[in-house]
Amino acid sequence: MPGLEDLYREIILDHYRTPRNRGELETPPAVKIDGHNPLCGDEITVYLTVDGTGDDAVVTDIKIGGQGCSISQSSASMMTKAVMGKPVSEINAVMRRFKTMMGIDGIEMADADSEVDLGELEALQGVVKFPVRIKCAVLSWNTLSNALDAALNPVE
Amino acid sequence: MFDVAQIRSEFPLLTDRTIDSERLVYLDSGNTSQKPRRVIDAMSSFMETSYAPINRSSYRLAGEATEAYEAGRTAIARLVNAPSADEVVFTKNASEAMNLVAMAWGRANLATGDVVVLTEMEHHANIVPWQMLAQERGIEIRWIGLTPDGQLDLSNLDELLDRAKVLSFTAMSNVLGTIPPTKKLCAAAHAAGALAIVDACQFVPHNVTDVQDWNADFVAFSSHKMCGPSGIGMLWGKMEILDAMPPFMGGGNMIDTVTFDGFTTAPVPAKFEPGTPAITEAVGLAAAVEFLEDIGMANIRQHEMALTRYALDTLNHRFGDDITIYGPDNVEVRGGVFSFTFRDLHPHDVSQVLDEKNVCVRAGHHCAKPLMKTLGVNATTRASVYLYNDESDIDALADGLDGATDIFGL
Repeated sequence: MPGLEDLYREIILDHYRTPRNRGELETPPAVKIDGHNPLCGDEITVYLTVDGTGDDAVVTDIKIGGQGCSISQSSASMMTKAVMGKPVSEINAVMRRFKTMMGIDGIEMADADSEVDLGELEALQGVVKFPVRIKCAVLSWNTLSNALDAALNPVE
Repeated sequence: MFDVAQIRSEFPLLTDRTIDSERLVYLDSGNTSQKPRRVIDAMSSFMETSYAPINRSSYRLAGEATEAYEAGRTAIARLVNAPSADEVVFTKNASEAMNLVAMAWGRANLATGDVVVLTEMEHHANIVPWQMLAQERGIEIRWIGLTPDGQLDLSNLDELLDRAKVLSFTAMSNVLGTIPPTKKLCAAAHAAGALAIVDACQFVPHNVTDVQDWNADFVAFSSHKMCGPSGIGMLWGKMEILDAMPPFMGGGNMIDTVTFDGFTTAPVPAKFEPGTPAITEAVGLAAAVEFLEDIGMANIRQHEMALTRYALDTLNHRFGDDITIYGPDNVEVRGGVFSFTFRDLHPHDVSQVLDEKNVCVRAGHHCAKPLMKTLGVNATTRASVYLYNDESDIDALADGLDGATDIFGL
């Protein structure tokens, strides 16, 4: 039986108490995408600006709005640190690694993905022992994925 | 004397199941209730000795199964004082019962511009079917608001009911515990020329229910919240209304005859029960009703009123301003459901910490997102009690909340 200390690691609580990159960005130029967890009602908003096109595009700024539990909020906070200033190709690799760590099926890893360092995000590994909380941890990443789609494929 | 220990001893899961070698503190009966031994045995025994199709085959075993299934209907009619068992329609659950009313009665009787009045404390099951009908044919939905203590604000009821064709409301809120004046609301609906539809999912398991005294037109409720199995729910309706309605879903069992050109329907209730129903579940439901009747619904209500008083006092005294419990403080108008927010903790985190102590509660919006907006919260933690809970369960909840403070360092 996993203990709560596996879930509520100190770094997670730190990001929960002091979330990084919270706020809003002006839209446009930023895109704004909402994500929901219908199970618990958690809501997250990702504001995102990118520079460039395709896999070479770089995330120039990201802000997080909405509310949620310690896991969803800390995951979102760590995510902003992990993607800020990074190219889309690298973000997608981190995303694949992260979702695989969360035990999500059907993620096709690229050869180079094993080289990806998850850094602080590794702290969320304990979530996988609490299956109902996995959705909390990936909510921000799924929302980011939609935000990247919207930013890279603007509707004319 | 209401003997909780004796009652609890009839629930195998509550006595035998442990996690980390500790008993479970089950405080999620508003979600679904646990099952007593006699319900489990009735279902097993039926499958072992009498299982067969109902209403179709003419051999003796099939007749036996049909009788057992119909005994479930008779038990339900008795429990809610329905004038006739034929007025009890079995559905999959209470949500399907509400959909049946909105789709079958609603489509036949509501047109663009017609008004349906709901309350702000409804479960999604009494909101979304009407919104689907609104999308389909442009009916207008009006909302009865709430007072600051979570009761219905009936100050503008006449205005809201003006030109209304339907008043559909919960007899007990699954979030606030609020028990509105159902009989009075049914009378107000009728005075305005509207149908009175009652979502009694939370009410029936915990109270004496008399659909004739309410003078409601439709009442929806479910088996799984009242010690019966999941997979079967009920719609009670006045015969003249059920009789005049078109069917909801088509198939076997619900027809009188079918030709290449069309069909005619079977009499109520078969008209609304297409296909093979939840036969074994109806048998288990009959056993659940008998179990509740043996204890007495009035006794269950008395027990839960006392436990509700204890819970409100215990949580408020121990946590003061750190806890906000929603809904009325007067247990005369409130059932044993406690939705709360605790310090700045998210309900998901609260329930996670409680789970560590084997305290089972629900965290989230409780299928009442519009109500969450009215309350100004995203989610709450909800503890809900039943006949097998006692003060020790409330104490375990309070002790568990103390643990949350330690982990999050607040």
